[in-house]
Amino acid sequence: MDGTNTLVQLVIAGLSIGSIYALIALGFNIVFKCTGAMNFAQGEWVMMGGMVTAALFGVFSSVGLAVVTATVLIGAIGLVSERITIWPVRRPDPMTLTLVTVGLAIVSRSLVMIFLGKMPAGYSGFSGTDVISIEGVTVQTQSLWIIAITLLFLVLMHFFFERTVLGKALRAVSADPQAASLVGIPSSQMLMLAFGLAALAGGIAGAIVTPLTLMTYDQGATLGFKGFSAAMLGGIGNLPGAVVGGLLLGLIETFGSFYISSHFKDAISFAVLLLILFMRPAGLFGRVEVVKA
Amino acid sequence: MSQTAATEAPPAGALPAHDDVRDDAREGTGGTDAAPAARPVRKPRLFARNAVSFVVLWALMIAVPFVAPNFYVVSLVNLFLIYVILIASLNLVIGFCGQISLGHAGFFGLGAYASGILSAKFGLTPWLGLPAAALAGGLGAFVIGLPALRLHGHYLAMATLGFNAILVVLFNELIPLTGGPNGLLGIEPFALGPIALDTDETVFWLVWIVSLVVMIAIANLVDSRMGRSLRAIGGSERGAASLGIDTYRTKLATFAIAGAMAGIAGSLYAHVNLYVSPETFSVFPSIMLLVMVALGGTGRLWGPIFGAAVFIAVPQVLLDFADLELLLFGLAMLIVLIGFPAGIAGLADGWRRWLK
Repeated sequence: MDGTNTLVQLVIAGLSIGSIYALIALGFNIVFKCTGAMNFAQGEWVMMGGMVTAALFGVFSSVGLAVVTATVLIGAIGLVSERITIWPVRRPDPMTLTLVTVGLAIVSRSLVMIFLGKMPAGYSGFSGTDVISIEGVTVQTQSLWIIAITLLFLVLMHFFFERTVLGKALRAVSADPQAASLVGIPSSQMLMLAFGLAALAGGIAGAIVTPLTLMTYDQGATLGFKGFSAAMLGGIGNLPGAVVGGLLLGLIETFGSFYISSHFKDAISFAVLLLILFMRPAGLFGRVEVVKA
Repeated sequence: MSQTAATEAPPAGALPAHDDVRDDAREGTGGTDAAPAARPVRKPRLFARNAVSFVVLWALMIAVPFVAPNFYVVSLVNLFLIYVILIASLNLVIGFCGQISLGHAGFFGLGAYASGILSAKFGLTPWLGLPAAALAGGLGAFVIGLPALRLHGHYLAMATLGFNAILVVLFNELIPLTGGPNGLLGIEPFALGPIALDTDETVFWLVWIVSLVVMIAIANLVDSRMGRSLRAIGGSERGAASLGIDTYRTKLATFAIAGAMAGIAGSLYAHVNLYVSPETFSVFPSIMLLVMVALGGTGRLWGPIFGAAVFIAVPQVLLDFADLELLLFGLAMLIVLIGFPAGIAGLADGWRRWLK
């Protein structure tokens, strides 16, 4: 195999897995910006996205319909989860909320296990399970779908945050909840919306990655950790940073497992993450916050 | 404990002078709160009171091997005591010093594998494995703490989580040494001369005494000069720094001490269980340890005892529910976290005050 072709293939594979990490990191960041909490349920939503799509695919036998329905459903689950678990917290400091999301993650995972079973679930890619070859470069079509859908989702999110009243209101709440309340933005409902959006991003990531990797009920945590890493890499709370961090992490992982060792794939990507954190303690794009004590 | 308040007492502003150590670490880290009204700094009697109550509780536990209906119950108590060490040492870092660590199960694993490998692969006695495990856990925490403790909040959490994730990969992949995913077999039990502590009832005594020593050590540490420094950091790192506390060194020392204690817990675990495998030491157990610190009561000396009891007992109670176990566990966790944010020890405090 030609060296350049290998390189191109690795880049595409890296970008596609990186896109998934970017989506997870995005959802993670949205919740972080509004609550200051690490949302450990983020990875479970990704897992749910995959599991529910697979289950719905068995019903509809149409990939597109299954993916859309599942994604919307996961988004709704995000909204409901916020109302049930986050909203009633009496002392909503970031630490308590973080721990509550751990509980939420455990409950979500066990519900999926009970209702959808412990077996790996999967379904064929959006254009079958084909691989295509262009000028000697072999790529899985699903990888291209992942990159395209992620791109579309990111553009829509950008539009939402920059152009719509709702998106601007959400940004206002994340910047300063009190000030936002003063100008009449219902902070509590915006928080619910943030969880919904985060779940939506997670759900879509799970739905589109499952044809490549399959999904089981206990994979959420691992996916979530990768998403956190991506978010940290880009600078926590920084939305464009999440995208760059995700793609970078995907590339590091793919190249690391090809050129060094696939066994140590995770160790390599976490080691790189640690190195970057130690050199730039607020991530690649994070600004060091000046906090007045 | 012996120091007098006059020479050693830090200014009251940095250290909320409660009659119990229950200054919630996180409340101060926002950094904006005004210094609590200066109460008269009393001579800390914390250590004496807590050490005595620990001794009383541990004395009650002497009965366990005699009254336990079967060896299984004793094995659960052993596990409980090991997790008391683990959760109490994490509480030292999180509850008292205010630093979020998501890698504690990793240090636990370093200790377990250090001691286990020395025993299974090199035939060394566990009595050497135990200090080696403390060294491994402490050194691991020191090495990662060196760069990581310059980070704050979520970045520190992420760095420790990342370190734990790397350790798990190593436990899984260094198969000649660790046995890989199948786990490490052939670990020898502790032995007193010719008597092998290979039953739950005999090894109980070792676990019992080690856990008591660790708990007293923690109570003593928290009440010492260093303990007051690290609690001041938990209250407000900047406040502590402004009082001349070398916050970085104090954090690093706390982190290393907690790591060493986790290593000790690991060694006990390895030689009680006679088998270790990577999933016990992965990132998710680290998160659960953090949750148990909070469930027990963050920054309360008694918290870890409740936390460990929940961690060991609840899954046993739920065992009959099979697949529902995880769900019920998660729901219980949510209810406690949402309803009683101060944890079980906090709840007990509240009752005590209400009764007075």
